[in-house]
Amino acid sequence: MIEIKDINKAFNGKAVLKGVSSVFKEGEINLIIGGSGTGKSVLLKCMIGLIKPDQGNVLYNGRDFYNSDKDTKQAIRREMGVLFQGGALFDSQTVEQNVRFPLDMLTDISPQEKRERVDFCLQRVGLEASGKRMPSEISGGMKKRVGIARAIVMNPKYLFCDEPNSGLDPLTSVKIDELIKEITDEYKITTVIITHDMNSVMEIGQNVMFLYQGDKLWEGVNSDITKTTVPELNEFIFANKLLRDAAKESNC
Amino acid sequence: MISVIGKYFLFLGSLFGKGEKLSVYWRRFMEESVSIGVSSIFIVAIVSTFIGAVSCIQTAYNLVSPIIPVSTVALIVRDMQILELAPTITCIVLAGKVGSNIASELGTMRITEQIDALEVMGINSSSYLVMPKVLAAMFTFPMLVILAAFLGIFGGYLAGTLTGVITERDYLYGIRDSFVPYNLFFMCVKPFVFGFLIATISSYQGFFTKGGALEVGKASTQAVTNSCISVLIADYLLAQLLL
Repeated sequence: MIEIKDINKAFNGKAVLKGVSSVFKEGEINLIIGGSGTGKSVLLKCMIGLIKPDQGNVLYNGRDFYNSDKDTKQAIRREMGVLFQGGALFDSQTVEQNVRFPLDMLTDISPQEKRERVDFCLQRVGLEASGKRMPSEISGGMKKRVGIARAIVMNPKYLFCDEPNSGLDPLTSVKIDELIKEITDEYKITTVIITHDMNSVMEIGQNVMFLYQGDKLWEGVNSDITKTTVPELNEFIFANKLLRDAAKESNC
Repeated sequence: MISVIGKYFLFLGSLFGKGEKLSVYWRRFMEESVSIGVSSIFIVAIVSTFIGAVSCIQTAYNLVSPIIPVSTVALIVRDMQILELAPTITCIVLAGKVGSNIASELGTMRITEQIDALEVMGINSSSYLVMPKVLAAMFTFPMLVILAAFLGIFGGYLAGTLTGVITERDYLYGIRDSFVPYNLFFMCVKPFVFGFLIATISSYQGFFTKGGALEVGKASTQAVTNSCISVLIADYLLAQLLL
């Protein structure tokens, strides 16, 4: 379980996050949604330790990330897997080397064990045949899958995904969503996803938090999202004509 | 300006923070030595040979006097190469090639979140990425400069003997005449310092890039400019201190 308490962050005097608090449940997919520039990515970066909040705490199973000693912080970091928006694969390394990288850097397991673990992860994301290829030789969807394989190679307790569907076609997007859901269910990890894809919200989102101009305006389970009375959230959800029509039909 | 210098020194401090396994650094050091050193041999060879050739011809052109022996041309070419041209010009060339490469590589890694990925894993990204580059530059630049000095003197020999401005005998006598071994030490100290400056300044520019492709280009240009200026200042200070 991840708990964020009263997270505040400002850049050059402009508040980007205004006292955001929430609890991200274990073994579930927690979505943070909102329009562009609402502070979603900043919140995620505050959670994973890339940006230090001006105020507030992030607790991983009760361990306060920002008020921990170096060793605890390092231990928490090793329990995290992060899928970045563009995959953030190392250009100079093959797919296989990218996935093996955390094992090389952070563990002392034998080369044989590393190979087995990498093979398993690549197989898990359906890329067992692409291990020798360079990141520049694979598609955007494949990069995301390699990113997922790298994120899970250390058996994380927490998985963070920054817009996993961005730049992907609808079919690949659904496949990535399904993969994240399967992995979350299989390993009972706490998954936090940043997205503005309503399809992901409806298909895989279990708990949803809506950010608007740095404020948390709504939080709940995905089945309740269409019943919301928050105008900003309504505007966000029903910006898509298909969803608008579907909502009208269900009301009729 | 002061804040930039302060940030640069903090960045240097971060290189010595918590590091990774020694084997990781060794592998990265070897990779960087190839990338920074071995891949620069061609450009260094071309530049130094021609500079040696030109300095021989131009010295001979300016030294037309019956009371000055012809072998002095070779002596001047040798000392110019050892004291200034090989270390400084070679490092200015390397500031362009290696500096822009380092800044654009790190800048691209920054904007594509590769550095963020390292930091999330708990890896000291500056130490992991930059330290091997700095060590490789400090290790390979002196070797490149030794090569440059040799090829510069050889270039002078080729140009001088092939054009007939100096005989082979006079040239070989000239390059051995009044030789000061300490100058070789001075020649090797310079690239050691310049390598450190070029690698750290370029890394600093790339590491803190913000934005997109345009900013990576700007960081790369800034890296080369700042590296060249720092090399020239350090060149003067070293000459003042060590000669």
